[in-house]
Amino acid sequence: MTAPIMTATALARHYEVGGGIFSKPKTLKAVGGIDFALFPGKTLAVVGESGCGKSTLARLVTMIEEPTSGSFAIDGKTVLPENWASLRSSIQIVFQDPYGSLNPRQRIAQILEEPLVINRPEMSRAEREAKAREMIKLVGLRPEHYDRYPHMFSGGQRQRIAIARALMLDPKVLVLDEPVSALDLSIQSAVLNLLIDLQERLNLAYLFISHDLSVVKHISDDVIVMYLGRAVERGSKDAVFAGAKHPYTKALLSATPQADPKAPKERIKLSGELPSPLAVPDGCPFAPRCWKVQDKCRSERPELSADAHAAACFFPEN
Amino acid sequence: MSLLRIRNLSVDFATASGKFRAVDQVDQDVDTGEILAIVGESGSGKSVSMLAMMGLLPWTATVTADEMTFDGHNLLTMNTKARRKIVGNDLAMIFQEPMSSLNPCFPVGWQIKESLRVHLGLNRKQRHARAIELFEQVGIPDPERRLSAFPHQMSGGMNQRVMIAMAIACKPKLLIADEPTTALDVTIQAQILDLLASLRDETGMGLVLITHDMGVVAETAERVSVQYAGQKIEEQRVVPLFDEPHHPYTNALLDALPERATEKRLPTIPGVVPGQFDRPAGCLFSPRCKFADAKCKAESPAPQSDALGRARCFYPLNTDQRQAS
Repeated sequence: MTAPIMTATALARHYEVGGGIFSKPKTLKAVGGIDFALFPGKTLAVVGESGCGKSTLARLVTMIEEPTSGSFAIDGKTVLPENWASLRSSIQIVFQDPYGSLNPRQRIAQILEEPLVINRPEMSRAEREAKAREMIKLVGLRPEHYDRYPHMFSGGQRQRIAIARALMLDPKVLVLDEPVSALDLSIQSAVLNLLIDLQERLNLAYLFISHDLSVVKHISDDVIVMYLGRAVERGSKDAVFAGAKHPYTKALLSATPQADPKAPKERIKLSGELPSPLAVPDGCPFAPRCWKVQDKCRSERPELSADAHAAACFFPEN
Repeated sequence: MSLLRIRNLSVDFATASGKFRAVDQVDQDVDTGEILAIVGESGSGKSVSMLAMMGLLPWTATVTADEMTFDGHNLLTMNTKARRKIVGNDLAMIFQEPMSSLNPCFPVGWQIKESLRVHLGLNRKQRHARAIELFEQVGIPDPERRLSAFPHQMSGGMNQRVMIAMAIACKPKLLIADEPTTALDVTIQAQILDLLASLRDETGMGLVLITHDMGVVAETAERVSVQYAGQKIEEQRVVPLFDEPHHPYTNALLDALPERATEKRLPTIPGVVPGQFDRPAGCLFSPRCKFADAKCKAESPAPQSDALGRARCFYPLNTDQRQAS
């Protein structure tokens, strides 16, 4: 088995919010201790509802924000703010909204070459152009697109440009923060195919953040399900989708609409909504919405075991 | 006699660069108590056709139709004042973004009571009682207190429930839900879809669900109308649509679903939806269609028979003839 390209141990990020002259600020645990390992050529999907901390996780691993506690390592090197600058080029991110993430005043050429100008000062102009043109071809755009502006492209093409930009520095890990959820269905499949192609060709590791379980089921190898900043279930895709252990995963799977009108509808109805992350319940964070909750769940917090397929639950399904 | 009957509806927008046809010769019927889904990608005109029917389009839009009747009223000849009596009363709509559709300056209770006052003329006490009843109906906990909450104090799911409560306040005969769950999480989405379906069962209203999510269509709708670039290209009941789509676009769209994929590479639809300047001469889907021939590129196909899902295609799929050859 190959060594993981990225490992995280108890990675956490807390924010202090509120607080006036007389009141203490409250702590918001956006990500409350997550462990994972990411292997080259594999896709790790992080799923969860809004507010579960999946985007904060993306910001941590791309070194946009410093973790409050815990650590992670890329290629064996522990990431600390001192060596951020040297490690940043090995991990790149593609954002959700292709309309917001490209500068409308830059041509595609500038967008693609900017990372090289900053990070590879020894490269000549001609080398940069050659590399950018090669990348345009790699993501399935045409050579004449090189001199155009972002507004001249459709959503799917823009997402291709964003992917090309992320690949300019030859990263080993690509963080994909909801890369296809802003795209139409007919475009979405083409972008997913491109991601699969690139992964095979460049042996990239993907951290795929999404709330769309049908996309996750298609593209991922391993899955982490997050709820209120914590991983509640972790396992291989097949294990999680076939035999979800945590009640929340089960509810999430049953709530995802299936594109088959004849499929049996066995929706598990969750009562209530996500509690405020400022007031996470003491015991299991899912306890207030869980249908098999017992006294133990309200007082003690279940931990995720180290098994290959693990769930943070005292009374797991299956 | 159907509740809503639209024949040959077209909507043109006057833009700086000329006319843009957003809706092109659409026919649509909705019966009492049925759930119709209108599916399509962005820019397929699925919202615009419903907004045109309600008279909510800006002045730049020109609406033409042979027939547009709702519950016996002719919406084409009706003046604005008379239309406003129907819209919000018998004909209600839920919009996609609950956060931006609610007025941030007023408590949600005030907003819901406004429609009760205008349309039903209830007095203060009756309005308050009815508002609480509505909040209970849509599953908002602690309704008495929530009436005085502002939209920013509630979550997206709760705001969408307020929107639904507001829409059903006057017991509409037809409810149009424009992407009601797109901005919401899946567990909340499931709650809202169940709520809409159960409201339909209770009140017997017609429900038009505008969406782009095939999963939502499969689980909720009874009849489905597929739109592409402003045209309605196919209409079938939900089970046959998913089993035997007749239009190549519907077929390609279903194949592109990740959950229907049989291998790692997904089938794709080449090209993009035509815009204002690259509208093809013949069938609008012909540049992207793998079955298209010279005839498709020259002539615009008329809808086929009802048995073939009124598919706008010269060579519909899944017919007996096709299967034989």
